[in-house]
Amino acid sequence: MRAAVLLFPGSNRDGDVARALRRSGAEVSTAWHADTALPEGTDLAVLPGGFSYGDYLRCGAIAARAPIMDAVRAHAARGGLVLGICNGFQILCESGLLPGVLMRNANLRFICHRQSVRVERADTDFTRGYEKGQAIDICVAHGEGNYTADRETLARLEGEGLVAFRYSDGEGRVTEDANRNGSINSIAGIYSPKLNVLGLMPHPENFVDEIVGGTDGKAMFDAMVASRAA
Amino acid sequence: MVASVGPISPELVRQHGLTAEEYKRFTDLIGREPTLVELGIVSAMWNEHCSYKSSRLHLKTLPTEAPWVIQGPGENAGVIDIGDGQACVFKMESHNHPSFIEPYQGAGTGVGGILRDVFTMGARPIAALNALRFGSPDHPKTRHLVSGVSAGIGGYGNSFGVPTVGGSVGFHTRYDGNILVNAMAVGLAETDKIFYAKATGVGNPIVYLGSKTGRDGIHGATMASAAFDDESEEKRPTVQVGDPFAEKLLLEACLELMASGSVIAIQDMGAAGLTCSAVEMGAKGDLGVELDLDAVPCREEGMTAYEMMLSESQERMLMVLDPEREEDAEAIFRKWGLDFAVIGKTTDTLRFVVKHGGKTVADLPIKELGDLAPIYDRPHLANTYEPVIAAGSVEPPVSHAEALLKLVGSPDGCSKRWVYEQYDHLIGGNTVSGPGGDAAVVRVEDGPKGLALTTDVTPRYCDADPVEGGKQAVAEAWRNITAVGGLPLAVTDNLNFGNPERPEYMGQFVGCIRGIGEACRALDFPIVSGNVSLYNETNGRGILPTPTIGAVGLVDDVTVRASIPFRREGEAVLVLGTTSGWLGQSLYLREVCGREEGAPPPVDLATERKVGDFVRGLIRSGRLDTVHDCSDGGLAVALAEMAMPNGIGIALEARDMPTTVPLHAFLFGEDQGRYVVTCSSEAMFALRQEATEAGVPNWYLGLTGGDAIVFPGEDGIAVSALKEAHEGWLPAYMSGSAAAPDGDEPPAAEAA
Repeated sequence: MRAAVLLFPGSNRDGDVARALRRSGAEVSTAWHADTALPEGTDLAVLPGGFSYGDYLRCGAIAARAPIMDAVRAHAARGGLVLGICNGFQILCESGLLPGVLMRNANLRFICHRQSVRVERADTDFTRGYEKGQAIDICVAHGEGNYTADRETLARLEGEGLVAFRYSDGEGRVTEDANRNGSINSIAGIYSPKLNVLGLMPHPENFVDEIVGGTDGKAMFDAMVASRAA
Repeated sequence: MVASVGPISPELVRQHGLTAEEYKRFTDLIGREPTLVELGIVSAMWNEHCSYKSSRLHLKTLPTEAPWVIQGPGENAGVIDIGDGQACVFKMESHNHPSFIEPYQGAGTGVGGILRDVFTMGARPIAALNALRFGSPDHPKTRHLVSGVSAGIGGYGNSFGVPTVGGSVGFHTRYDGNILVNAMAVGLAETDKIFYAKATGVGNPIVYLGSKTGRDGIHGATMASAAFDDESEEKRPTVQVGDPFAEKLLLEACLELMASGSVIAIQDMGAAGLTCSAVEMGAKGDLGVELDLDAVPCREEGMTAYEMMLSESQERMLMVLDPEREEDAEAIFRKWGLDFAVIGKTTDTLRFVVKHGGKTVADLPIKELGDLAPIYDRPHLANTYEPVIAAGSVEPPVSHAEALLKLVGSPDGCSKRWVYEQYDHLIGGNTVSGPGGDAAVVRVEDGPKGLALTTDVTPRYCDADPVEGGKQAVAEAWRNITAVGGLPLAVTDNLNFGNPERPEYMGQFVGCIRGIGEACRALDFPIVSGNVSLYNETNGRGILPTPTIGAVGLVDDVTVRASIPFRREGEAVLVLGTTSGWLGQSLYLREVCGREEGAPPPVDLATERKVGDFVRGLIRSGRLDTVHDCSDGGLAVALAEMAMPNGIGIALEARDMPTTVPLHAFLFGEDQGRYVVTCSSEAMFALRQEATEAGVPNWYLGLTGGDAIVFPGEDGIAVSALKEAHEGWLPAYMSGSAAAPDGDEPPAAEAA
């Protein structure tokens, strides 16, 4: 599995996600925002967390128009895997690769805390290491994670099973208390129609190590690597 | 030759914060009347913030050396050896006055400034901490300041991409008009790749890097050197505006440039911007500096030389480059979209020459600007001491359970989750233990080694007895690192005091320094960096003396450490260290009895070390994994903090408690040098025997278990009730739905 981690000015969890990918056995390279092509043979393009272009204008808005994003769109259209975490999810929404928007958190503050999310389907290249309905214990760290979409889009996401994760309690119950950023339908992550593009707000890349919070994020990276192992 | 623009009036001199004597000292030095630019330069170099003129004499008495110290005070940050060719680079600095005037930007640029100090030395920041003090919760500005400062710290650190892993938040009416924002940054470098400010070589290019220069922050350092009054908010234009995005780019560009081998010297532009950085680089290298301001990248047109020299625009660096590598260096900065301009060169004249528009606007002797800055032995009064309060003289006004509930839900005793959840404390993937522990533990790269980090000070102790308070701040930091299993290595101090021209406040400063020095010597805990913030007062009333101690320790293996929560039921709970029931200056006396008075608990440094070394040894050999030090609120609050995370209670047993100490004093007294630990009942006998043989006093308190904390002779209090009070106060206060502490009691702070 060859993964390319995109580097925009202001990306800051690029190192964390590269480390998680390597730990699961991926070969990791970097793609610079001003590049026009992904590295040769890229299986997975990763848009890491951070504050691309300072989050100025609107989170992800400027990055969505970076030269490298055309290459990412082409990669996705070919069926290549794309993963956007946190700011990466915001960029995917801004670039049209995923629908909807991420607004300011309901409490209008940045929040960083442990967070359980429920795995909505375990049959994708990202989630085969989990059970459907399983609650995984990872974290969030964002100021703009409040997902919303118009009624029609939401109906399509729900109807086609494109919701990847929902904020839940530790037992997988989707409750109002567990949905601290106020996302519609407690949505924490969504897929593209072909299930090859995943955007999510929580950070699985910081939970790949027993001594640092736990390993509930690791199965996601293992699954991605396994999906392109052949 | 420098042409003077006109007579410098005494009023203009005063506006620049210089006394008549200081101005005369300067004109004697240069042998003529200065230009306005020169007056601006000397005001920046000789103000309290940059020259340490009131504090230098006393700071010299502090211990700064140890075999593991690579760089002590005097550089951008301190550097210690942490083994394996790695160095830890760290420092703490205040941004008090700007944060009071404009809390979001003030706190944010405080974080930005300290991060820059660390990466200027070639280190990648791996952790940030802070220490915050606000006014009384019922002061009308407090909510606004808590909200703005928390968001500002998060806003900068989160975007920059450093985990903010620890800190402290306190409230007291003495900070009503002058809050404290102390920010600490910790970085990691290789011991043979540390960068310094000292310029070398004549004729080398001096390069300006980073953001453009604007009119923000002009005279910020002078503001930091004056007391506040009611008009201070009109100083808002002197508060800098931060751009964490630019700083993140500057970090990456600087580290890339350093790795390329083209950097000879580097200095960040902090207080007094271009002036301080250029003078320091030249003076440290025994070289002159010539600057051409026409080449400085400016944000707006028509900026004068005076404005450029004093601007405190953020995210800027000055470097001396290897002339042969100039092009490579420029390419790196262009790649990151940052300004890069050669604005001068080093010379052999030992003069600081500034040109603008083809004219020389300043020509000053560079060494003397720093070396001949005034230094004062300010008059200081001997400290006054409060009487020792005998434990038996304090009657418990409420049950122990009720007292505990009140303490864990008090402004100083409550959980600060509302604040630290706004900080990204997990980025980096190395936060083994984040906010809420005794010390944070951050793994170094892939481990197994880690750093234990903490910030500590108990201002009410310092106010009541500066020497003991200074000792206690150091001892508590040492203890917090010990409590996670770390070996305490070194300290950065952030000394926040009132007006040094007032002998009683200068006396507090001198006393605290004495205490800090004594403790650092006794504990082999050298001070490697720091910052002094004086003139913290409003309308003539000084803050509580607040010498914040930031400390770093080494954990050999992060998988072998201790943390606070009770993990298992049925374990024996012991307290190690001496308990005399010291209630003077305790949180109990203030919050429960409404009295803020008495002598603070003394620190016996020999005992501190003995008990701490014993506890650390047990943690490191894997025999203790649940440890908590006793601080505010004493033993009872420590037990509550251990019980709340997992909802495991404890039933205290009277049979082993000292009969000579009243129970409420035993539970709530704040005797120093104590740790609460748990072990299996089977291991307890041997452990107590070893403790006794090592001369470590120890008491058995009871067994963990149940869902309540039960005091002898009382009904228990549910751990869930404690947790609700503990977690509830700050969110309720910030939402405005609750709380200023009981209105029917006189504010405790008035008592002093």
